[in-house]
Amino acid sequence: MIYRETGQFKSTYENDHSIFPLIQDKIAFNILMLIAFLFVPLVIDSYWEKAILIPFLIYSMAAIGLNILTGYCGQVSLGTGGFMAVGAFATYKLMTIFPELNIMIIVLLSGVITALVGIVFGLPSLRIKGFYLAVATLASQFFLIWLFNKVPWFYNYSDTGQITVSERTMFGIAVTGANAPSYATYLFCLILVVGLGFAAKNMIRSKIGRSWMAIRDMDIAAEIIGVSPLKTKLSAFAISSFYIGIAGSLYFAVYLGALEVTESFDIMAISFPVLFMIIIGGLGSMLGSFLGAAFIVLLPIFLKNVMVDLIGLSAVTAKHFEITTWGLLMVIFLIVEPHGLARLWSLAKEKLRKWPFPY
Amino acid sequence: MSLDKIQSIPYGKEVIKIKNISLAFGGVKALTNVSFDVKKGEVFAIIGPNGAGKSSMLNVINGFYKPTSGQINFAGEDRKEMMPEFAAKSGIARTFQNIALFKGMSTLDNLMTGRLLKQKQNFLMQALYFGPVQKEEAYHRDKVERVIDFLDLQAIRRTPVGSLPYGLQKRVELGRALAMEPEILLLDEPMAGMNVEEKQDMSRFVLTANDEFKTTIVLIEHDMSVVMDISNRIVVLDYGKKIGEGKPSEILKNKAVIDAYLGVAD
Repeated sequence: MIYRETGQFKSTYENDHSIFPLIQDKIAFNILMLIAFLFVPLVIDSYWEKAILIPFLIYSMAAIGLNILTGYCGQVSLGTGGFMAVGAFATYKLMTIFPELNIMIIVLLSGVITALVGIVFGLPSLRIKGFYLAVATLASQFFLIWLFNKVPWFYNYSDTGQITVSERTMFGIAVTGANAPSYATYLFCLILVVGLGFAAKNMIRSKIGRSWMAIRDMDIAAEIIGVSPLKTKLSAFAISSFYIGIAGSLYFAVYLGALEVTESFDIMAISFPVLFMIIIGGLGSMLGSFLGAAFIVLLPIFLKNVMVDLIGLSAVTAKHFEITTWGLLMVIFLIVEPHGLARLWSLAKEKLRKWPFPY
Repeated sequence: MSLDKIQSIPYGKEVIKIKNISLAFGGVKALTNVSFDVKKGEVFAIIGPNGAGKSSMLNVINGFYKPTSGQINFAGEDRKEMMPEFAAKSGIARTFQNIALFKGMSTLDNLMTGRLLKQKQNFLMQALYFGPVQKEEAYHRDKVERVIDFLDLQAIRRTPVGSLPYGLQKRVELGRALAMEPEILLLDEPMAGMNVEEKQDMSRFVLTANDEFKTTIVLIEHDMSVVMDISNRIVVLDYGKKIGEGKPSEILKNKAVIDAYLGVAD
């Protein structure tokens, strides 16, 4: 009844091509943004910050990155953890080399550095596809982690091999380091995710996004209409790595504060979960990146609440159940709904359009 | 730029000259010493029995296969081979025998990919999506909408092409090629597997494209009544060799062609 497009006419192609063609979607999105920017910072506490919102935002960023590469350009990658490590270490090195540089610039530069690394590791994609490419990116994951362990220059020759963030401020308020207030770190991540999220959506709905999808769906036909596979694939690797690098940078600087590379950017800690996110959320969907990230962040908390606090299982058993639930969900999603939560959402919207009079 | 060169060629003059092209895959000879000319503004048909090398010929013309020997004179310039990107930039568009659409994208997006070469904004501008990018998108959308009108695709604008019926997919593929505003359009069996009405529609689209947009058309087709009706000139291939060339009326009387199609009585 409320959710329908009747009476909304577009008189220009610009309007018709907007991100939210339906006025209801636009209003809902604006309300969501108002809550996120104005209301949440007032009430946020350390638990919500560290356990839910910051991980959600960072994983969303990584998921957007991987979705650009895998969902839109069709190049499977298992190297997410490695690229996030590049972002984290780039941030660390930039911070120590240029102590005066603004943290926002450092984060964005880390993204650029990761993009360059991404181009190098994207080169095999010009020759190989599918599973074989997945294995090649897997190699990049292991190589990068090995590199950051092996070369002490990356962790400034510290004894533990750990990297630790120092305090940096934006407008006089700390956003990194132990003393950063919850609302500051949250807003810092939120601004980056929303800004770059829009940038990603814009790229996807214009020329570069269409070339990615053309390469994904039928690379031969794409070549015949003049899409260069070289430029298109490498641009997907670069831009995807840029997003993943920024996610890694935030993961290190804002979220963890101090980390050790093998543990934090392990394939089981990052690469697979982010891949799960875009599969469960929806391959080739911006909304899917966010839904998947939310799902992956919230499910363990939900399961823990139910199993440990409600049923009274031991934490270890609950952890096992959690892993099993993952596996089960992956299989179910791949078989029943390969387009993920985003597809379920659009089906629900389709139903909502006709509700309550389906005829 | 060779696009300008093609455009400067007067109608009725040769735009592609195929000179003694041979193509072999290992020991298999797909094409042997084939030569013919395509004149600007005509509907040119390549026919022949199965396995005659017709699709290979198209693939050579738009650079997907590299000929083993021979030359292609394209827009007045001799070259050993073509490159797909160069061909696309020079105004050659094509459709495929087995539909090669982007299945996950909507009809509109598929047609918009035909405009990719003409969109000039860089990715940073696209990421910001303001003024010039928006104007460019709208400009190309307008061009694509004309093709949508021309091919009657309005109702399926937003439908993912993977879920469309075969006949419509063929039409969308023609649309994607037309959206490129090509000078030369290579059609690989555009009417295969269609019923009579669909063939009539498709013939109408091909002829209108030729007539109104002055597009040169090179077409492979098995339906002889269609070929004889719509083409100006025909070349006949059999086992990779040219066995006849000329106007439809001449081809109908050609002894070698009749033998190739019907077999030779002992």
